[in-house]
Amino acid sequence: MALKDITLGQYFPGNSPVHKLDPRTKLLAVVLYIVALFLASWFISYALMLAALCLSIAISRVPPKAILRGMKPVVFILVFTGLLNLFYTPGGTPLAQVWIFTITLEGVYRAFFMVVRILMLIAGTFLLTYTTSPILLTDGLESLLGPLKKVKVPVHELAMMMSIALRFIPTLIEETDKIMSAQRARGADFDSGSLLQRARALLPLLVPLFISAFRRADELATAMECRCYHGGEGRTRLRQLKYRASDYLTLALFLAITVAAGVLGHFGL
Amino acid sequence: MSDTIIQTKSLQFSYPADDREPLPVLDGVDLEIEQGSFVAILGHNGCGKSTLAKHFNAILLPSGGTVYVNGMDTGDGEKLLDIRRTVGMVFQNPDNQIVANVVEEDVAFAPENLGVPPAEIRQRVDDALKAVNMYEYREHAPHLLSGGQKQRIAIAGVIAMQPRCVVLDEPTAMLDPIGRRDVLNTIQALNRERGVTVVLITHHMDEAAQAGRVIVMSKGRVVADGHPKEVFSRVEELRAVGLTVPQTTQLLWELRREGLDTPLDALSDEECAQALYNLLK
Repeated sequence: MALKDITLGQYFPGNSPVHKLDPRTKLLAVVLYIVALFLASWFISYALMLAALCLSIAISRVPPKAILRGMKPVVFILVFTGLLNLFYTPGGTPLAQVWIFTITLEGVYRAFFMVVRILMLIAGTFLLTYTTSPILLTDGLESLLGPLKKVKVPVHELAMMMSIALRFIPTLIEETDKIMSAQRARGADFDSGSLLQRARALLPLLVPLFISAFRRADELATAMECRCYHGGEGRTRLRQLKYRASDYLTLALFLAITVAAGVLGHFGL
Repeated sequence: MSDTIIQTKSLQFSYPADDREPLPVLDGVDLEIEQGSFVAILGHNGCGKSTLAKHFNAILLPSGGTVYVNGMDTGDGEKLLDIRRTVGMVFQNPDNQIVANVVEEDVAFAPENLGVPPAEIRQRVDDALKAVNMYEYREHAPHLLSGGQKQRIAIAGVIAMQPRCVVLDEPTAMLDPIGRRDVLNTIQALNRERGVTVVLITHHMDEAAQAGRVIVMSKGRVVADGHPKEVFSRVEELRAVGLTVPQTTQLLWELRREGLDTPLDALSDEECAQALYNLLK
C-alpha cells in the first residue's frame, strides 16, 4: 500500500532562497500565479508560466521527482477533465467522430490546456508546501488574514486548527498502516475484489482510526492547556515574519508575470 | 510555606456519573511536595495516581479539599496561567503532546503562549533542547524521531516554560528500554543540575527506586510515603495493594522468610550483593 506516498502538506527542510522567503510572500505569489494561470490562454502565455514555475523549482532545489510524485493522486481528475473537455467542447473544426462524440481541434486544445493548467496549479502549490514549514505557512496565513479578525473571523483558531491537522497527517498515516497490518494479520483483504468490496473492507479500518483520532485530540488538548495555551491573545512568536528585499523582488516579479499573462491572454496568445 | 511547591489538603475527587453514585477516585489525599525534591508516585492501574497528577496544575479541580501550587489555590481561575507555568506536565504518549512539525517550533509553543519576547524564546528553546540533549535535532520533524527522542522533546517543551516543578505521568510506558533509560537520565539531570522538582508517576519499581521519596497509592488514598528503602521494605503491604517490589528487595525478602537475617533496605544491585556477601561471610 502506497500510504507513504501521500505528500499532502509535506515539508522538505532546506536552505534555498525560496525556503527563506517570507511565507506571506510565497502565499501571495502562489495566489498571483494561480490568477495568472487562469488568465493565460495560449502557448505563449503558458510558456511564460511554465518558465516561471521551472525557475522557481530550480531555485528551491526541491527535487522535481518529489513534485511529480505528488501528482499521482490527481491522475484520475486529470484524465477526467481532459476527456470532458475533449468531448464536450462545442463547435469548431471536427477532427474525428467516435460513436456519438465529435472531437474538434478546439476540444483538443482546450483539453490540453486544461490538463496543463491543473498540473501547473498543483506543482505551484506543492512548491509552496514543500518549501514552507506548516507553522510558518499558518503564521503567514494568520498574518495575511489578520484584518479579518476585526469582523470576528476566528483567524488564529483556524490557523491553529490547520497547523495541527498538518502535524497529525504523518501520525495518522502511520496509525492507518499499523491498523491495516493488524487486520491483515487476521485475514482482512484490502487489495482484491471489486471497488465496492474494497471500499467495504476499509470500513472496519475507519472505526478504530476515528476512535483513536478522538482520543489523540483529547490528549493533545490537555497537553496544550498544560503548556498554557489560551488562544491567540497575547501570543508571541519564535520567528517574526519580516519582509526583506528578496520578498519585494519576488512579489514584483510575480505581479509582472500576472500582468504579462493577463495581457498575453487578452490578445489570445 | 516557601519550601513547599505543591500541597494538597484532604483532596477528594470523583468523576461525575449520571446514573449512579459517583465513585470517589481520590479519597482524602494530604500531601506536601518540597521544592527541589524527586518524588515518585507508585500505584496499580486505577489507583488514582494520574487523577492526582492532573490536580497539580489545575487540569482537574478538586471535588472536595484544596490544592495549593506555590501557595496559589488551583481553584482560583485568575491564577491559572501562573499555576500552569509553575508546574509543567508530561504525559505518556509523546505523539499526542507535540503540536508542531519542527522540533524547535514545538519547544517554542509554551513560551509563545506566555507572550515571551522572540529573542528570549530563542534562548529558552536552545537551553531546553540542550537540557534534554536534543539540540542537534532542533530542525528535525518530530514524527521521524524515536519514541524516547520524542518524549525528550515533550520534556523540553515543558522546560521551556521554566517551571519549578515537572510532573511526569508514566513518561516511559510506551518506550523501548533505550528510550526509557534516556528519558530517566534526563529527568534525573533536571532534578540534580537544575533543581527542578520532579514528580514521577510510574508503576515501574526500579524507576521509583531512583527517587528521593516514594508515595504509594491505592484506591484513592496514600498508603505509604517515605524514602524508597523504607517503603520497599514493607513488602507485604505493597503486595496487598497489587504492587511488586524491586527484584533486589524481593530476593532479600524471600531469604528472610526462609529464616535468614537479611536487611530489606538494600535497593541497588551493589547494596544487595554486599548484603548477600555479608551473609555468606
